[in-house]
Amino acid sequence: MEQKNTTISFSPDSLELVNKIIKRYPEGKERSALLPILHIAQAEFGGWLSPEVMDYVADLLHLLPIEVYEVATFYSMFNLEPVGECVIEVCQTGPCMLNGAGEIIKHLEKKFNIKVGETTPDGKFTLRAVECLAACGTAPVMKVGTEYHENLTTEKVDELVNHWCKCGKMSHLNPYQE
Amino acid sequence: MGKKILTEHISDPNLHKLEVYQQHGGYASLEKALKKMTPDEIVEEVKKSGLRGRGGAGFPTGMKWGFIDKKSDNPHYLVCNADEGEPGTFKDRYLMQCNPHALIEGMILASYALNANKAYIYIRGELYYVLRILEKAIAEAYAKGFLGENILGSGFSLDLYVHPGAGAYICGEETALIESLEGKRGNPRLKPPFPAVSGLYNCPTVVNNVETLATIPWIVNHGSEEYAKIGIGRSTGTKLISASGHINHPGIYEIELGVTVDEFLNSDQYCGGVREGHSLKAVIAGGSSVPVLPADLILKTKAGEDRLMTYESLSDGGFESGTMLGSGGFIVMDETTCIVRNTMNFARFYRHESCGQCSPCREGTSWMEKILARFEYGGAQAEDIELLVDISKNIEGNTICPLGDAAAWPVASAIRHFRDEFEEHIRRNGCYFE
Repeated sequence: MEQKNTTISFSPDSLELVNKIIKRYPEGKERSALLPILHIAQAEFGGWLSPEVMDYVADLLHLLPIEVYEVATFYSMFNLEPVGECVIEVCQTGPCMLNGAGEIIKHLEKKFNIKVGETTPDGKFTLRAVECLAACGTAPVMKVGTEYHENLTTEKVDELVNHWCKCGKMSHLNPYQE
Repeated sequence: MGKKILTEHISDPNLHKLEVYQQHGGYASLEKALKKMTPDEIVEEVKKSGLRGRGGAGFPTGMKWGFIDKKSDNPHYLVCNADEGEPGTFKDRYLMQCNPHALIEGMILASYALNANKAYIYIRGELYYVLRILEKAIAEAYAKGFLGENILGSGFSLDLYVHPGAGAYICGEETALIESLEGKRGNPRLKPPFPAVSGLYNCPTVVNNVETLATIPWIVNHGSEEYAKIGIGRSTGTKLISASGHINHPGIYEIELGVTVDEFLNSDQYCGGVREGHSLKAVIAGGSSVPVLPADLILKTKAGEDRLMTYESLSDGGFESGTMLGSGGFIVMDETTCIVRNTMNFARFYRHESCGQCSPCREGTSWMEKILARFEYGGAQAEDIELLVDISKNIEGNTICPLGDAAAWPVASAIRHFRDEFEEHIRRNGCYFE
């Protein structure tokens, strides 16, 4: 497939990682690398997958753009619209609900003065309610990037958010790096 | 204290390091298996151990391995299902995080038994921090010569990789997982053909849960007979139970299959009882997909016998009065819990996670959530109870994969055992719980 003219490209480090990942799958099965590469792309290109980014990934893997779009739209971790710098995802499923996830979500809505699914006007925080994060024994739980925060209370949430405000927290970082 | 197989050394904070894992006897099984046992002997040992799939279905692991198509000229694959997403279940995350080498060792043994030279761990994408732990552990295993070419001079080679999902519960279903691993949408495949004949890249493939695979080293080390001595009847061995909800000590407990539900729930060794000042209302014993049971039926079977933590005892009485061990996600609810709200919450989960391939599941999950919302927020009519039952019956058994059943059972069981609460929601035109 011809390489399209595109204004974006992975950093050399990311490109090296991407090529390493592609080699994990048998020859001719490079498409298997699509999910990990979309994760890396989302982290590197501002926390979401624009059509331009998806086209770039399609080119890299010699796929049709539609083959990337249909996958990106299936999985809930891929953002198809811009998000804030720090995406806060609070689990809202069963056991977390039994242990106060609803209060945590309400507290964050009030704190940021936004509703679930929205981003603060300054573009710093996006608040989400997500399904089971597999941490029910330490409910309620939230995920920020690749970090889990467990046994939440409103006080603990305040502490974390205040800290994140000060340090300019980013949630979309290369998930393969600590 | 019962026998511990997976968690014996888990309190050691450095167990994730290969060196420490080896000090506790880790990787000892490789020498024995790769040099002294044939692949078929290992399959036979696993068959005799009675080990059953720990992801939820409880299918005999050795039998699953026995289905692998040996006549095929295609390469074989082993895939570990680490897409833990069943609400109430969080044992695999814990196991991989604290004891990653047990999984790796188990995968080397299983790959040898299945004649697979490439294996993948499909881990849910939310758990990237666990993926990094696994990758470090895998790198250690390569450095020691436990992975890669000609392992321990046995002539057997294996490459092992971790592959992230991206937030889709359905990928815990093995054929959806395979589709996803191929870089596609996680739409389950029609079976047959089963993965053992045509799985990853249409090659013979076995997909096993994390806990299942992590148990294999113990079976190889100690023998199937020793393993089968643990447990009761067809429920052999130990099981990790994820305990959550309104209990004093939520967490992960490795139990010998066969302890009573009463002991598991009330003993200080395990859940430590329902939280102070409250009483037991209901339990979902095996992850959100299995039927909910009221207090009396979870503790005793309908015949009045003690209910045990085994596949057989928990399902005693069928769905009329029983449930399932499932993935071991033990969710406890006290008297403050609104069953309608809880059922609606899970209905939303299944609606969100339905892949949309089969109409009964795609449409039915959405209708169930909407109707349950009428009970919770007002507007439900008397006939809505039967309507919910009707929808659940039309989903159950009518879909490609078990997600349809998993969505139908919680709703049907909530109505079966807590019908009065649904009726009260109609009378009061909405929820009356705090």
